[in-house]
Amino acid sequence: MIGNRIATALAGTTALSLVLAGCGDSGGEGGGSSSSSQNVSSLTVLDYYNNDPDKALVQKGLDTCATQLGITIQRETVPGDTLIAKVLQQASSKTLPDVLMLDNPDVQQIAATGALAPLNDMGLTGDGVIQGMNDATSYQGKLYGLAPVTNTIALFYNTQMLQEAGVQPPKTWDELKAAAKKLTKPGRYGIAFNANATYEGSWQFLPAMWTNGGDETDLNSPQVAEALQLWVDLVKSGSASKSVINWTQGDAKDQFVAGKAAMMVNGPWQIPALAKAPNVKWDVVTFPLNKPDQTPVAPLGGEAWTVPLNKDQAKQQKAADFVKCLNSDENELAWAKARFTIPTKTALLDQYVKEVPSMKAFTEQVKTARARTGKLGDKWPEAAKVIYQAIALALTGKATPQDAFKQASGG
Amino acid sequence: MVHAPTLTPTPEAPSPGPERRSRRRRHRGEDLTKILFVAPAALAMLALFGYPIVKNLMMSLQDYGLRTFFTGEAPWVGLRNYSAVVQDQLFSQAMVNTALFTIGSIAFQFTVGLALALFFRRKFPLGGLLRSLLLLPWLLPLIVSSATWRSILEQDSGILNRSLTWLGVIDDPVPWLNSPSVALIAVIAVNIWIGIPFNVTLLYSGLSEIPDELYEAGQLDGATGWQAFRYITWPNLRAVASVLLVLGVVYTIKVLDIILGLTGGGPANATQTLATQSYERSFIDFKFGEGAALSNILIAISLVFAVLYLRGTRRAVDE
Repeated sequence: MIGNRIATALAGTTALSLVLAGCGDSGGEGGGSSSSSQNVSSLTVLDYYNNDPDKALVQKGLDTCATQLGITIQRETVPGDTLIAKVLQQASSKTLPDVLMLDNPDVQQIAATGALAPLNDMGLTGDGVIQGMNDATSYQGKLYGLAPVTNTIALFYNTQMLQEAGVQPPKTWDELKAAAKKLTKPGRYGIAFNANATYEGSWQFLPAMWTNGGDETDLNSPQVAEALQLWVDLVKSGSASKSVINWTQGDAKDQFVAGKAAMMVNGPWQIPALAKAPNVKWDVVTFPLNKPDQTPVAPLGGEAWTVPLNKDQAKQQKAADFVKCLNSDENELAWAKARFTIPTKTALLDQYVKEVPSMKAFTEQVKTARARTGKLGDKWPEAAKVIYQAIALALTGKATPQDAFKQASGG
Repeated sequence: MVHAPTLTPTPEAPSPGPERRSRRRRHRGEDLTKILFVAPAALAMLALFGYPIVKNLMMSLQDYGLRTFFTGEAPWVGLRNYSAVVQDQLFSQAMVNTALFTIGSIAFQFTVGLALALFFRRKFPLGGLLRSLLLLPWLLPLIVSSATWRSILEQDSGILNRSLTWLGVIDDPVPWLNSPSVALIAVIAVNIWIGIPFNVTLLYSGLSEIPDELYEAGQLDGATGWQAFRYITWPNLRAVASVLLVLGVVYTIKVLDIILGLTGGGPANATQTLATQSYERSFIDFKFGEGAALSNILIAISLVFAVLYLRGTRRAVDE
């Protein structure tokens, strides 16, 4: 009895290792049977679009390509935050799917482990795709994934509230601060954003940091500190809630929909949710600039489709063909329109904006957008961590924006 | 095993060959039965407790990262993972936070639990119902509790700050989860709320076992109220209390879900504990070796308390 209790307690403390032990088992042979070499009749697909409407909309595109290639697909969807854990588990048990979706900043990290097949060898190219996305999905000069659609973040504003306050959508940081202050009144903040200590918090900070000329290769530069000063000013002046350090992008959207924030930094994936609140009238502009001569640089979002290495060459080729089909012009436009995302091929952008005018600001942002892993590659997560920790230090007043990055990087 | 019934006859009179053989066979059969009885439990222990612990120890000595899952290679690095986590700038803060979190939680869980248990010892209408309602925090999934508390403690629109402002207790909303100096207190408070039912339940059952005669006898000698508690209740409750405290420490020191749900270790790392750090290293940084090293440090600390618990209960049995 006593032994059991201790064992139970120990089991609790080793909960982590239990999970790991599950992942650590390596067994099973080969990914896919090599007997069905010539006529591939089905492919397995793994992605994280596990909620409708995205789940059904993505299914439609997958089905179209499956019909075109004359195959059937077995699709599995998992929640976004568990995808990497799932991939690791499958990698160690050699049961990776034939087609794998990855968030674009993860592609290089997974490619670096040698799990993915280079797509160039199988007749796929990133020609015509915006440079930022090609940077994200290439590793050591080879293409490992293709993203049909992308997204980014910009500034949403409540048209009614701005009109009532006589405020124009801000174009510069000074205007942004002034507008946010003017729009703030009891029970309402001028702006909502996400500054929490996760990769999402770093992602939301990038438009300010990059637009101002800051760079993740030198986080101690004055340009980066200036960008952080903007966040600090917005919170210190009371124009943004102190809770931004705990908010997710979903929380920021909730505040905006509830009328508790007049502006928000967010992405187009929130548009379906905004459409459910028809009394909230909104529009979008590109993220404001610090100085008028700057160009807005936002981070590229969106997921890439990759092909894990497969012993069965025919199957691997079929999977590559499938990825190629997903990245056809027709599918890019279909997914972009249905899911409020943006095609990754530059040639499609003008046509797209003509058809979906509400995506104009986001499409503008995408043209000049950068990938998070564009410069640092698989070292990006470390820089992202320094960024979100510095944001937390500065917003809680534990460090000035200048010192925050030094402290966060352990200097 | 002392009480195990033996079927063997007394080994006196030298018996003829065949019988002896059969006895040996019977012996062997008995041994086999013993082994078969123990085997399932032993196997389960090995698979569920032995393997993870050994694996975790090995992992903490390896460079076990993202790549390992794909290539199966995890080079030995000796104690480098341990020195990396101990020298990390957050380690000492995480240690202090873990200690504050554990001590703060246990102290209040126990005293509030004891007070409530004593209160419910009195018979009053609806007492049973109220006591069972008290179990509610225990029944809620921790993720639900932490999400609910997160909205209660929200600085601007949270119901706690609204109520306190309305009552005139505070002028400005308290940044419960937003200020590095308050967040740890808020997280501890939520954990206290979650731990009270466990304490009340165990202490209540401990109290029920104290015979009423003791109090009657005490009353004759003039021991009532505080004196009755000090000289009758507390000495009789001590065994239960010590078990409760040690188990509480072991359970509290590894709390992860509540902190992740409330603050994620923030703001500005104000609520990082060894458990959250271990989680972060393993599942966000994918440095599983360092994560394992940290969790082994946690296990070692828990083990100290587990041994204390063992010794405490053994003494109780000896008495």
